[in-house]
Amino acid sequence: MEKQDYLSIYHQMVLIRRLEEEAAQLYQQGKIGGFLHLYIGQEAVSTGIISARKPQDRIITAYRDHGVAINVGIPAKQVMAELLGKTTGMSKGRGGSMHMADTQKNFWGGHAVVGAHLPIAAGLALGDQYAGRDGVTICMFGDGATNIGYFHEAVNLSKVWKLPVLWVCENNQYGMGTSVERASAVSEIRRKADGYNIRNERVNGMEVMEVHAAAERVLETVRGGEGPYFLEVTTYRFRGHSMGDPERYREQEEVKCWEKEDPIGIYRDILLFQQKIAETELAELERQVMTEIKEAVEYAESSPEPEPQTLFENIYVDETVGG
Amino acid sequence: MAKITMREAISQALWEEMERDENVFILGEEVGVWGGSYAVTKGFYDHFGEKRVRDTPISEAAIIGAAIGAALTGLRPVAEMMTINFAFSAFDHIVNETAKLHYMFGGQFKVPLVIRAPGGGGRQLAATHSQTPDAIFAHFPGLKVVAPGTPEDAKGLLKAAIRTDDPVLYIENATIYQLRGEVPDGDYTIPIGKSKIYRPGKHATLVTYSKMVDFSNKAADQLAQDGIEVEIVDLRSLRPLDMGPVIESFKKTNRAVIVEEGWQSFGVGAEVAARIYEEAFDYADAPVKRVAQKEVPLPYNRNLEQMALPQVADIVKAVKEVL
Repeated sequence: MEKQDYLSIYHQMVLIRRLEEEAAQLYQQGKIGGFLHLYIGQEAVSTGIISARKPQDRIITAYRDHGVAINVGIPAKQVMAELLGKTTGMSKGRGGSMHMADTQKNFWGGHAVVGAHLPIAAGLALGDQYAGRDGVTICMFGDGATNIGYFHEAVNLSKVWKLPVLWVCENNQYGMGTSVERASAVSEIRRKADGYNIRNERVNGMEVMEVHAAAERVLETVRGGEGPYFLEVTTYRFRGHSMGDPERYREQEEVKCWEKEDPIGIYRDILLFQQKIAETELAELERQVMTEIKEAVEYAESSPEPEPQTLFENIYVDETVGG
Repeated sequence: MAKITMREAISQALWEEMERDENVFILGEEVGVWGGSYAVTKGFYDHFGEKRVRDTPISEAAIIGAAIGAALTGLRPVAEMMTINFAFSAFDHIVNETAKLHYMFGGQFKVPLVIRAPGGGGRQLAATHSQTPDAIFAHFPGLKVVAPGTPEDAKGLLKAAIRTDDPVLYIENATIYQLRGEVPDGDYTIPIGKSKIYRPGKHATLVTYSKMVDFSNKAADQLAQDGIEVEIVDLRSLRPLDMGPVIESFKKTNRAVIVEEGWQSFGVGAEVAARIYEEAFDYADAPVKRVAQKEVPLPYNRNLEQMALPQVADIVKAVKEVL
């Protein structure tokens, strides 16, 4: 990796963090509706994974998807516009926080029903296998999703059909407010992959370079036609499940303890002390991010609302017949 | 014109579309080596091979989910639910993903997917395997739902379903696979979302679809002996629902009976009757009547089951009541 690559990863992580902080404020001001699930604390996971992918690799994730949106290169202003429900958002204001996607960037959503996107990921991989392309489908999901039937059906199918899928379980310790230990028969989630004879490993999701290195390595084995691989990435969300979370299920001590493992702080130290990047350079980059966020909010707020007559657009591709 | 069965019509449509387009493939339980639970895909595996005729595990959610994913990559999957009763295990993927992806992501996603699902009662399979839940699926904007009642429509509608870029639920009735009828020679399609006059008449309008077209026709034959000429409108598609020929016919006959195999409450008949009243209230000379399944889980016992299902005699009686 070149210096620019290291800085790009830092830029993405800081951008996600600030974007989410800004989104939380806009939510409290009533400018963002619906549910809002923040990625704060988990930035190293999607940043590490996606920085290792090739352009032909598809990515699909669950509803905590703003980080992925930034990582695949969607401008912050467009993400913000979708959060505000504007026409300039990727989904033209039809999807909102939980349904971001950009097929041009091989980002296939943003799916809000827990686990439902796992079978779809298998199908995306099937499409590439069928056509003889060498893309890998990267499917990210939470620990909670491994307890629903979709997980087991999809993971089993991926092995039976030797599909090019990289399963990435973001184990942030809680499915909403229920801890992994209270919800899953095995708390080391990767062991579930053993049941399907799928190669697996666990990596520290607070260390972006560890995630990146693991992803880079295993993506190539999947690309080589050896079938699916399962990565469990341990992480922690510093904020509640969504904005409406009273957080009765965990002690503030626990949160504080994990906050010492802040993935951005850890990576910043790596840049300063291992990569010998000057602090002034990082500070400059952090200032740029603040400007980017400010411009994103301005762009989103000044973007037009969808026109009422567009309500019925895109129900069908073939609109020659009515609803 | 050749006279063939419903089974042959469906099979021919699949075969011809697979010959025409390399991107069309079949997946489902026992579609390959076995040849299809209802022998619709008999011979396909040997001819097209395992890549395009894919046996799946018993995983309905994964079948539909994988089909969605493959469709997103540009393939044209035809996914088979062994029976429509098992489609409930994939209900989320059918109504929550298939029907919504195009709209929810602002038109970015296309899901050219066909789901074949045989249903219907009368085979002594008891309550869980005998349902005609067509109306439930027709409830969701974004999904197209067709249910042909003749070999001509079965073949033409399936070809249209495979060729459209929208997802289509193609509902078959498992008790009419042997029903014979003439089909045009060569390649043809029947437009989705177009109902038609199946049998002209002037005294009353019978609105129906799928297996009940044949039952309604038998009722019409009996009524003709008494000099009563009923006009039969075959809906063919439930969504989009084409009320044009229904309203036109009703304005002429001023009387209507709606015949469906599913339960009456919240059913196809309820929808059609409401639309008749909304669009042609002033033309009504009698209350619209419905013939449908009795409100009971279908029993195993042959006599009881037949009591619960709509019969030709019920249709004759209902027509006489509106005259």
